[in-house]
Amino acid sequence: MALRHWITLAVLVLLAVMPPVFIWMGNPFYVDLATRLVILGIAATSLNLILGYGGLISFGHAAFVGIGAYAVGIPAYHMLYGGGEAVASFNGMFQIPLAVAVSALFALITGAICLRTKGVYFIMITMAFAQMVYYFFISIEEYGADDGLVIDMRSQLPFIELDEPLQLYFFCYASLIAALLIVRTIANSRFGMVLQGAKGNNERMVTLGYNTYLYKLTAYVISGAMAGYAGALLGNFTTFISPEMMDWSRSGELMFMVILGGAATTLGPLMGSAVFIIIEEVLSNYTIYWHLPFGLMLIAVVLFARGGLMGVIGRGRDGK
Amino acid sequence: MSAELEISGLNKSFGGIKATDDINLAVTANELHAIIGPNGAGKTTLISQLIGSLRPDTGRIVFRGRDITRMPAHARARLGITRSFQITSLVMEMSVLDNVALAVQARDGHSFRFLRPARAVAHIREAARGYLEQVGLGPRADAPTVALSHGEHRLMEIAIALASEAGLMLLDEPMAGLGPEESALMVALLKQLKGSRTILLIEHDMDAVFALADRISVLVYGHVIATGMPDEIRFNHDVRHAYLGEE
Repeated sequence: MALRHWITLAVLVLLAVMPPVFIWMGNPFYVDLATRLVILGIAATSLNLILGYGGLISFGHAAFVGIGAYAVGIPAYHMLYGGGEAVASFNGMFQIPLAVAVSALFALITGAICLRTKGVYFIMITMAFAQMVYYFFISIEEYGADDGLVIDMRSQLPFIELDEPLQLYFFCYASLIAALLIVRTIANSRFGMVLQGAKGNNERMVTLGYNTYLYKLTAYVISGAMAGYAGALLGNFTTFISPEMMDWSRSGELMFMVILGGAATTLGPLMGSAVFIIIEEVLSNYTIYWHLPFGLMLIAVVLFARGGLMGVIGRGRDGK
Repeated sequence: MSAELEISGLNKSFGGIKATDDINLAVTANELHAIIGPNGAGKTTLISQLIGSLRPDTGRIVFRGRDITRMPAHARARLGITRSFQITSLVMEMSVLDNVALAVQARDGHSFRFLRPARAVAHIREAARGYLEQVGLGPRADAPTVALSHGEHRLMEIAIALASEAGLMLLDEPMAGLGPEESALMVALLKQLKGSRTILLIEHDMDAVFALADRISVLVYGHVIATGMPDEIRFNHDVRHAYLGEE
């Protein structure tokens, strides 16, 4: 097995083993950290499908995450305070599919428009749509406007108690494994080949007879739906949502994670999320300006280590 | 013989410049029809309109009896029209084999298939290898595209055009930038293909054109000033004046 595969295995085993150890050692705080890491990892992995494999620089991915979180929060809110009979529910079997469906729909509508543009325009318009959602939720008084909305009750699921930190964690962890497998499988499939071909040379792919627009749109919807799912997990984890979760800087952070870890690699986005969480945790103890070293690191990666962390690892041993 | 491709009254202007000026042209099935003309005569503009990446202002393009003037590029490709690019246009990030495999995959039904690894689809991979061997790139199949030489890239372009099994191949200066040996190789390759499909060849290399073409059209300032057999063109007064240079 190549070094890359060993690292993949090691990271995934570590993520499975560490949280119970933290609990056993009486450090539940680190379980929270790991949960956040895993959820961000799912969101970054979903972004990797379009950013890494599709070459679509989407600067509005946090909107999908936010929509997913509100799809948990709003039904729970109505269940407690009345109104909104159509959506009122504590049931995770309703909330989570709702999160996926609404974010997929949002991705379909905005993607259909955004993908008509290219390059910088694409970046700008994806960001504009995300900001639109951001201001939309800021303007809704009922759901807390810019103060946000407390989720008083986590999603109710059969067999799983999300109020239990370890159960919540392993639910997220299993989701992460699924997300990694899904993106990996899609990337290697015929669909993925077309997507990557269009990233490298769109005109060539059109000349071969591929309607690349449809392929990109499909990837965009899958990616958005997965990010919405991550959002539903995030809502359950923080039990609080606010429009701030959809701010453009949040989208930027997700992009950082993908690029830092290694775009178009299976594990890169997760590694990027890990580095992000660690840096944030360590450096924010010393300074509130912890974004600065993070930014410098990103510049270093872009300049000196194309392919991100996974690129460095792969080059080191596989000669690739 | 019936016309495979019929172009009538085609016009395209960019601002004040007439890049395509009332072009009428019929290409018969399985002929190798060359288009020559000085730089800026509008040869690539013509190809772009045939392939669908540019919309003509007026005029009609009919392929096998079907009006394709307003058809999007990917749909024309599915009808059996392909092009090679004057400036090499490949997916540099992928391997040589992947590039050709994408062309094979394009005519193997739709590609909204998400589960099976594409590189494990044997019939696609083997077919792609076959086309690479046909152009002499068999041993380079697994190399990254970016690692190949310019000449090899030109050959890849041909392999991809072959792999799309198109009835009509539009070849935009396949010899561009090739050395004498590589050019000879390319001419030999095109000779082999000749007769099995319709080829519209744009080329500056006159030796190649006169060696290969069944018929030649001369394009000057977006207008076809002459069409005929190689010998007719060689001795056509207007052509000599406009293009080949009076001797």
